[in-house]
Amino acid sequence: MHVGLEHYLAVSFLLFALGLFGVIIRRNVLVIYMCLELMLNAANLALVAFSRYSALENTATHNHLDGQVFVFFTITVAAAEVAVGLALIVALYRRRQSAHVEDLTIMKN
Amino acid sequence: MNLSFIPWLILFLPLGAAVVITLFTQRNRQVSATLSVAAVVAGFILSVIFVKTQGWQPATSEIALNWLTVGPLHVDFGLHFDALSLAMMLIVTGVASLIHIYSMGYMHDDPGYSRFFACLSLFTFSMLGIVLANNFLQLFIFWELVGVSSYLLVGFWYGKASAADAAKKAFLTNRLGDFGFILGILIVWATLHSLNLVELHNTLQVNPQALGTLATVAGLLIFCGAVGKSAQFPLHVWLPDAMEGPTPVSALIHAATMVAAGVYMLCRVFFLLNPNTMHVIAYVGGFTALLAAVIAVQQNDIKRILAYSTLSQLGYMVMAVGLNGQAPAMYHLTTHAFFKALLFLGAGSIIIGMHHEQDIWTMGALRKKMPATFWTFMVGTLALAGLWPFSGFFSKDSILGQALGQHYYILFAVGVFVAMLTSFYMFRLVFVVFYNSAKTDHAEHAHESPGVMTWPLRILAVASIFGGGFVGIENIYLKQFPTETTQQAASFAHQIVAPFVEAPAAAWLGIGMFFIGLFAAYALYAKADKDPLPEKLGALSRAMRNRFYIDEFYEATFIRVHDALAAVAAGIDWCIENVFIGLIRGGTDFTGRGLRLLQNGNVQTYSFLFALGVAFVLYLVLAR
Repeated sequence: MHVGLEHYLAVSFLLFALGLFGVIIRRNVLVIYMCLELMLNAANLALVAFSRYSALENTATHNHLDGQVFVFFTITVAAAEVAVGLALIVALYRRRQSAHVEDLTIMKN
Repeated sequence: MNLSFIPWLILFLPLGAAVVITLFTQRNRQVSATLSVAAVVAGFILSVIFVKTQGWQPATSEIALNWLTVGPLHVDFGLHFDALSLAMMLIVTGVASLIHIYSMGYMHDDPGYSRFFACLSLFTFSMLGIVLANNFLQLFIFWELVGVSSYLLVGFWYGKASAADAAKKAFLTNRLGDFGFILGILIVWATLHSLNLVELHNTLQVNPQALGTLATVAGLLIFCGAVGKSAQFPLHVWLPDAMEGPTPVSALIHAATMVAAGVYMLCRVFFLLNPNTMHVIAYVGGFTALLAAVIAVQQNDIKRILAYSTLSQLGYMVMAVGLNGQAPAMYHLTTHAFFKALLFLGAGSIIIGMHHEQDIWTMGALRKKMPATFWTFMVGTLALAGLWPFSGFFSKDSILGQALGQHYYILFAVGVFVAMLTSFYMFRLVFVVFYNSAKTDHAEHAHESPGVMTWPLRILAVASIFGGGFVGIENIYLKQFPTETTQQAASFAHQIVAPFVEAPAAAWLGIGMFFIGLFAAYALYAKADKDPLPEKLGALSRAMRNRFYIDEFYEATFIRVHDALAAVAAGIDWCIENVFIGLIRGGTDFTGRGLRLLQNGNVQTYSFLFALGVAFVLYLVLAR
């Protein structure tokens, strides 16, 4: 079976949808956080796939690496975000003794 | 030597005093009073110097600074000098000086001493501005300033409801007249394209028909201003109420400032008045003179009697203007300034002596207790009632002579009758207050006022005696308003007896009326403990005492209508406020409350909505 761009994109879409679904329905902040990462990586996958397949189609130029460079940036930013986000979650848990989103509604109304 | 700075000084010294007192010396009563008095006395001295060096008709009759230029409209801030304005300047500063000095005594115990002097100075400044103005706009501005100052001073004791009301009444009534005045000024400007009084005079001399069909309307509208300020019927109602102010203020309003402004303004712009207007002016003046004199006969408040007497004398002056007699009008204004200031200050002295009692029927036998006040008051009364050779006789006679000369026999008869009434109500006042027996404890224990109050009285008494035939004040005005029969070089002796030679009918009738009034008053009041007239006249007396119900009439008609209009306006206002604004406010509030429910604080709801939003945008972008 020939694996084309469409397949990668389908996987990427599934991953993204799963992540979004998780963000919307899961209660635990930590899990939501992991789902967010899932969404980020879905985007990464799509970027890498685009980069690869556009390079294959335009054989005259083999240097279409923009998408892959973009992915590095995303990974870097995600790493920084994890550092801050996990610290926030820990601080939140210490203060509230809970990591459930429905307990975190003091900005209500 | 260039003396043109002197008039500027005269004009602005009182303003300077008012500003300095208000800003810096409020706390220090003595300094405030001294400043105010010094400013106006210096003004008087400078006026005398100016007139002595420059004569009554200075070579440079106008000094002006360009104040503003808007398109074709040029307005100067300028001063105009001629016999009329210079004489008036002397009267204003002179009489105001004496009143200022007197006030130091009269207001001595008042907590608002400094404020009083600041307002008094502002008042003097405003009046001088009217007197010296060289164009209509400047005249109008100072005209309004006089209104404001009178508001401040009439309502000086603002804690008293009646004083506050009187101040409002004075101001609003004046505004009514001023509205006509400014319309008149606008008509003049629209047709003649100038506001400068001299230019207007020249234009109208070259072409008397320059105003065209609007001449009568313009004249009458300008006269409206004088009706308000000089308190002519039907806008006379504010003047008696203005008695709520301190007595020196009444003296100032009645003698040198405010009410004199109307007559002065008419004389200043007489060239704008055509025969029709003059006719109206003459009859309004005559009617006011009669009405006020009749009302004065049955008043019991000493200041109100004098107030109605002023109204009546102003009626004389306005009548004289309407009879084309500017010189007699100004002549009477001058002598009236002396003796009416004297009478009011005398009344103030009596009121202080009586511990602020103003009803004449509580007084009596004050002749012995207040000799200086009595003698000076007597001089004022004789001058006002018009006994030869007191000043009032000459000026009143010149007005009556004018009426006779112009063949207005009805107005002449009115004038003569009013002269009789004047004599009657003044001697009624004198007999009840100074003769007879003391009617209350206050009257028994009345005491003479201090020198700072009696000396201005003495000076004014001298002016009231000699201000008439002896110093030739009329000749000053005749320079400004020459008549065909002007005899400038009349000898001293001739001047004094001139009235009897020139218009014997007027002079002898005047004297006769004086004695009729005197004897009538003597017969009725010399021994009276209470007023015998109400019994004799019945309903008429009641009407007179209630000022012919004119105030009540205004209350029932104009003020009622005005209140109704105001209520309608308030209703519309309420509608806008509560319906329109209320809907907008309520709608915003309601929407806000609804939207707030969406803010449930749950991150997941937000992210769900966010995802929905993104999906929607994607649909919009991609599905087409």
